[in-house]
Amino acid sequence: MRQQFVKTIESVFEQDSRLVILLGDIGVFGFRHVFEKYPQRSYNIGILEQATLGLAAGLSSEGFIPVVHTIAPFIVERSLEQIKIDFCYQGLGGNFVSVGGSYDYAALGCTHHCPGDIGILKNVPGMQIVVPGHPKEFDRLFLQAYANGRATYFRLSEKGNSSPNSIEFGKALILKKGAKATVIAVGPLLDDVISACVDMDVTILYYTSLEPFDTQALMQNCASSKILLCEPYYSGALDYDVIKSVGLNSVKIEHVGVPHLFLTKYGNAQDHNYNIGLTPKNIRLKLESLINE
Amino acid sequence: MKKFIKEIIMVAANTGEGHIPSALSVLDILWILYDRVLNIYPRDPNHPDRDRFILSKGHASLGLYAILSEKGFFDKSLMNTFGKYDSILGGHLDRNKVPGVEASTGSLGHGFPMGVGIALALKIKKSSSRVFTVIGDGECNEGSVWEAALLAAHHKLNNLICIIDYNHSTDRALNIGDLAIKFKAFGWMSCEINGHDHEQIYNALRDTPKDKPLAVVANTIKGKGCKMMENNPAWHHRSPTKDELMRILESLE
Repeated sequence: MRQQFVKTIESVFEQDSRLVILLGDIGVFGFRHVFEKYPQRSYNIGILEQATLGLAAGLSSEGFIPVVHTIAPFIVERSLEQIKIDFCYQGLGGNFVSVGGSYDYAALGCTHHCPGDIGILKNVPGMQIVVPGHPKEFDRLFLQAYANGRATYFRLSEKGNSSPNSIEFGKALILKKGAKATVIAVGPLLDDVISACVDMDVTILYYTSLEPFDTQALMQNCASSKILLCEPYYSGALDYDVIKSVGLNSVKIEHVGVPHLFLTKYGNAQDHNYNIGLTPKNIRLKLESLINE
Repeated sequence: MKKFIKEIIMVAANTGEGHIPSALSVLDILWILYDRVLNIYPRDPNHPDRDRFILSKGHASLGLYAILSEKGFFDKSLMNTFGKYDSILGGHLDRNKVPGVEASTGSLGHGFPMGVGIALALKIKKSSSRVFTVIGDGECNEGSVWEAALLAAHHKLNNLICIIDYNHSTDRALNIGDLAIKFKAFGWMSCEINGHDHEQIYNALRDTPKDKPLAVVANTIKGKGCKMMENNPAWHHRSPTKDELMRILESLE
């Protein structure tokens, strides 16, 4: 997904002279062609995320479209107030592209984890949140949203799905219709969800835009009133949207996601997925349990 | 300046809101900026050739409102709506409501980094406009101020001027030391002035340095011009009672 990010940015730079990229001292080699070709609009800004976001807001107020890129905890958690005030409160547009969430840098430990990013940003009014499940989906969603005048968070994942889907910014995709439950798959969890739901009479909704959340798609595809929410970050970040869509009465919501804990082991992301039950097997178990209740 | 001091205190007394001493410490600086230094277009506040001004210490908003309305950015009559539910004039500045306000400030350490971004944007656009920011010495506690200072020096933003309203707000919490030396150590040009001396303010802000941003440390008095409030921390965020207002107005006659 990172390689696609570079390709997408290179291509947008060709067409849009408003684009400015600010790197938090990562990905500099990857963006070398952009740096060579557009030195006035590409900066390895350094390891100072709060001022970087403020500076980006200044660029935005002058008509530029900033793209800030660094590791998820540093862009979301360290400079959250800058995202909130400098961008969203002031009504300025900008793009924040992270890597490393939830625990793609598992071996580096909890300082470099960020499974809380989506839940945190969901509480910032005006923020757009995008979790692509495939490099091609990133390209499509970025092109659709990067210049719409809003602050947008793009969460890049190491692991993606095997193939892209025809997604649209702000819309969920109905991949399968069934009667016994509705399964919400977010971004890179889609392959696991599809694998878990083989031969099951369920609806699968695929979400890559988490804000705006496609309320209609869920409202119209939840006859069973049983929802399994599969999220690749701290679970439950979409609970408010789910409840807003279908109401609280007689709806049963079950979760598969990252538990709200510091995951203090190392290894790799797959090790963590296995140990916390973010697997097709566990998705199927939860789904069967939900259907049979 | 007395008419502005009177106006600020009366507005704050009327609504029971406002940081009067901070507004007064920065008032002379704001007046000289808007009267003699900034290239402004009050009837076209977003004119591309304007100089940009950011009051990063947003709690001094009353001072800026008094000057902006004096210069015609909005009608003077709005001053009496300050702090009211539907007013455009809040306790802190809102760029989406108040003509002439470039940044919504209030949380300290935000406006100045944004000013660095604007200065960089103007360089990219090859604009000759300048960016002026006013920060407080208390605001200099914030790490983002020093992050922004590093960035501005590294990118040689000589179109950026940071005025530090050194009214000693920080003293009761943290000894911030010699700010002129600190900014110089961060790669800025720096100087120190009396922030209430109009000629010193003007002379410090008149010229554009060659290849560095400029920090002007303005030594000021919190509550300047209102003896009851001068250097008295009890007044930081409170409005005068009717009796106090009468005495203040008498002292300003």
